[in-house]
Amino acid sequence: MNLLIKGGHILDPSQGLDAIGDLYIVEGKITWVEPLKEKRPLGKFAVIPASGLLVCPGFVDLHCHLRQPGYEDKETIASGTRAAAKGGFTTLCCMPNTKPPVDSQAVVEYVQRTAHTEGVVRVYPIGCISKGLKGEELAEMGELAAAGVMAYSDDGQPVTSSRLMRHALEYSLAFGRPIIDHCEDKALSADGAMNEGWVATRLGLKGIPAAAEEAIVARDIALAELTGACLHIAHVSTAGSVDLLRRAKDKGLAVTAEVTPHHLTLTEERVMGFSTQTAHHTASALWYDTNAKVNPPLRSEKDRQALLEALKDDTIDAIATDHAPHTIVDKLCEFDAAAFGISGLETALGCLLSLVHSGQLDLKLLISKLTWEPVRILEIKKASLFPTSPLPWGLGTLQMGAPGDVTIFDPSKEWVVNPNTFASKGKNTPWAGCQLKGQVMATVVAGNLAYRDDSLRLEGQSA
Amino acid sequence: MSEKIIMSETEIKRALTRIAHEIVERNKGCEDLVFVGMQTRGLPLAQRLAAQIEAFEAVPVPVGSLDISFYRDDLASLDLRHIVQRTDIPVHISGKRLVLVDDVLFTGRSIRAALDALIDFGRPRDIQLMVLVDRGHRQLPIRADYVGKNIPTSIQEDIQVRLKEIDGRDEVALIFGEQT
Amino acid sequence: MRTNSLIKMERHHIIDLDDFSQEEIALIFATTDAMKEILSREIRRVPTLRGKTIVTLFYEPSTRTRVSFELAAKNLGADVVNVTSSTASVAKGESIIDTMRTLEALGADVIVIRHFQSGVPCLMAQHLQISVINAGDGCHAHPSQALLDLYTIREKLGHIEGLKVVIVGDILHSRVARSNIWGLSAMGAQVVLCGPPTLIPQELRRPQPLKGGECPFPPLTIQENLDRALEEADVVMVLRLQKERQEGGLLPSLREYIQLYQLNSARLSRAHLHALVMHPGPMNEGIEITPEVAHGPQSVVEDQVTNGVAVRMALLYMVTGGKG
Repeated sequence: MNLLIKGGHILDPSQGLDAIGDLYIVEGKITWVEPLKEKRPLGKFAVIPASGLLVCPGFVDLHCHLRQPGYEDKETIASGTRAAAKGGFTTLCCMPNTKPPVDSQAVVEYVQRTAHTEGVVRVYPIGCISKGLKGEELAEMGELAAAGVMAYSDDGQPVTSSRLMRHALEYSLAFGRPIIDHCEDKALSADGAMNEGWVATRLGLKGIPAAAEEAIVARDIALAELTGACLHIAHVSTAGSVDLLRRAKDKGLAVTAEVTPHHLTLTEERVMGFSTQTAHHTASALWYDTNAKVNPPLRSEKDRQALLEALKDDTIDAIATDHAPHTIVDKLCEFDAAAFGISGLETALGCLLSLVHSGQLDLKLLISKLTWEPVRILEIKKASLFPTSPLPWGLGTLQMGAPGDVTIFDPSKEWVVNPNTFASKGKNTPWAGCQLKGQVMATVVAGNLAYRDDSLRLEGQSA
Repeated sequence: MSEKIIMSETEIKRALTRIAHEIVERNKGCEDLVFVGMQTRGLPLAQRLAAQIEAFEAVPVPVGSLDISFYRDDLASLDLRHIVQRTDIPVHISGKRLVLVDDVLFTGRSIRAALDALIDFGRPRDIQLMVLVDRGHRQLPIRADYVGKNIPTSIQEDIQVRLKEIDGRDEVALIFGEQT
Repeated sequence: MRTNSLIKMERHHIIDLDDFSQEEIALIFATTDAMKEILSREIRRVPTLRGKTIVTLFYEPSTRTRVSFELAAKNLGADVVNVTSSTASVAKGESIIDTMRTLEALGADVIVIRHFQSGVPCLMAQHLQISVINAGDGCHAHPSQALLDLYTIREKLGHIEGLKVVIVGDILHSRVARSNIWGLSAMGAQVVLCGPPTLIPQELRRPQPLKGGECPFPPLTIQENLDRALEEADVVMVLRLQKERQEGGLLPSLREYIQLYQLNSARLSRAHLHALVMHPGPMNEGIEITPEVAHGPQSVVEDQVTNGVAVRMALLYMVTGGKG
């Protein structure tokens, strides 16, 4: 099916495109975008009326957990990709902490095959750094690259051994693919359940100090400098990490970083029922809300401000959801016993747009951090082995010939978050019951509709 | 809501004087007599009776106070802004002749609760009941031994006893709704 | 700091003292006075809660708190069922939500919960219709202990406002300290925290307000030097030192703790002559407190235990009443 997206506000930060007009997708590729002078393509088109809507490249999520294989009760590739489509994401990079973990060609191919048959958006598995995620020996990173991974991570766990981290970075040089680290000094964060600070002290919960993240960010940056390899810091959450990253970038190191929508919009006070949106004490019903339990934890307002600044000055390159779905049983329990994580794909756009609506973030910058900038992080640099990227050319852009991946959203449509209507199996969201402004109306992957809001009607047109 | 004064200060005084004599007469003196005033307005009434008897018998009669909150059968409808008041039974009550004193006798449920409470303090020889006003509508087989005034009321009406010690003046008012 | 000027008298649950007003605490005192009168009788029992079932659900061993609640409930004529982690499925695998829903379905009217993890009573209150009383959760709160401490101070010294109260020991892990901070501050006392820096939360050293202008904690003073902290003190609350703290690396040795933070007669003499010595128990005599002080003329430890029953009777009465 060829698609004509008609009359929308087209935004593509990769080429500075900001125009009202039409966009054509023929045979799964972008073929004509306003304000192109050339002749429009002819033929039969399904038309998406996009007047008053924003039309941008499909969002790319660098960091999510699809849980399959092994934890299908939390999420499957089928449910996770549908959640992605509903949230406007057309490409997912999924973390390898499955059971078994993605540390062999067989598991990579299993994920790719399942995504192909059951998924509705593009899925690219990230491979393990260490065999079995044990943090002891390097995984067969060459085999993984050959099978199609474009990055390595032991996410969920930090690479505790500095020596192993050094070797991982060194070894990755042959493949030009980044090492993504979940930065946490486990000795410092031990048994912590939330940010170390006032709220933890008041609630009597053990805290995870900011230093637990910063110590490992500092170590990893030093090792990136030592090895010259590409390092990507996952889910940066503290002002201190931002400072370290800024200095690393000033030095010209190959270091990139991502931040999550929840760290940009919520603070530790949410564990007591406060939120930045409402700024008032909602109800004791939200005290010890396990849906606000996430790792790294929600931090202080000072940290949140620093993360926003870092996003604006490109110290932080991209926004990634760290979508971490869990079952109700994982969350409906004692705070200390509850699983860490937020099911974030379906609320990401809505809560990020709250930053735009309140003037804290520029819309173009936001779209850029969700589209071509994450793709740039995954570009393969100077690889002497397996130099072909599994990612198609032009991903995250609306350039001619790029994949026909488009997200169409209404920036001012208000909706109330109801986890029961999530496509994700993970209903664990701290935004349940919150009103968000900005909703995805349609998500197009390779020219096919992966998601369409009920209120959006397609029309036919031939020219 | 409107109200009508149905006992004046003088009438209350007269009633108490008469009852003080009735109590002494019926108990053939005041040996072993103990007054127990129910919180809140039974207590000053008990103190006044004891003072009168002391005046004409020249014998002090011990006065205790009793709060029945913990013996009520309607805990669920209790207004917790109500502060539980002092219970103080100054003598051992076993073998004593107790006169329980309250302002208004209505359903009889408070008296039932008071009887249960008193039994927890010991085994008195007998328990007599004095009330300033009996307004009828009993729900339990309880009657008063000494009554200041019988005032037949309708169930919608209310009786308010006001005493100097608490309310600044002595009177009994009948509270009734607007006539329709 | 407190936005509610109205007294919230009708409380369904008792989780912590952080939202109790001075008026409400005064009302609890008045009710406790009435309960003490019952305790002074020959037959210490009234039928107030006849037909009610109180379940004590203890995931952490604590004989004194459990027995105190049990006696309180029985004195009010309630039926009491005790569930402890050694007698029930509570230890092994059964989810706490299941356990609490089962107890509710079985007909409990009030659950008295003790748990080693912070927030469990809050979780129960969010999911149950019946009343929940927190008998101590993790490092979070122990409201009945703080109330009995406050009641004992008022009973012995006549008032609480303006008193200097020193809390000594492991503040970091102490739910007793946290609840007392709220209660003492509501009653107008000046609270001084004293202990080794590793056992005092970092945040308490640098006050900073939360959003919405609400202070996360009442004003506090921190003083690492016990001798100095005790000067002019009216009340000294000594906390139990868990011996595991040394193994956790928070203390170099018990010996050093004793040297620096043990309450002994010489140190106590720096406080006012009338100063009360309190301890939530059980005491490690010879560690945080010397036996002479623990059983000396200024110690009110036994009064605390007696008042504990009366305070818990008042709490049970208050959560079961007024549900018309």
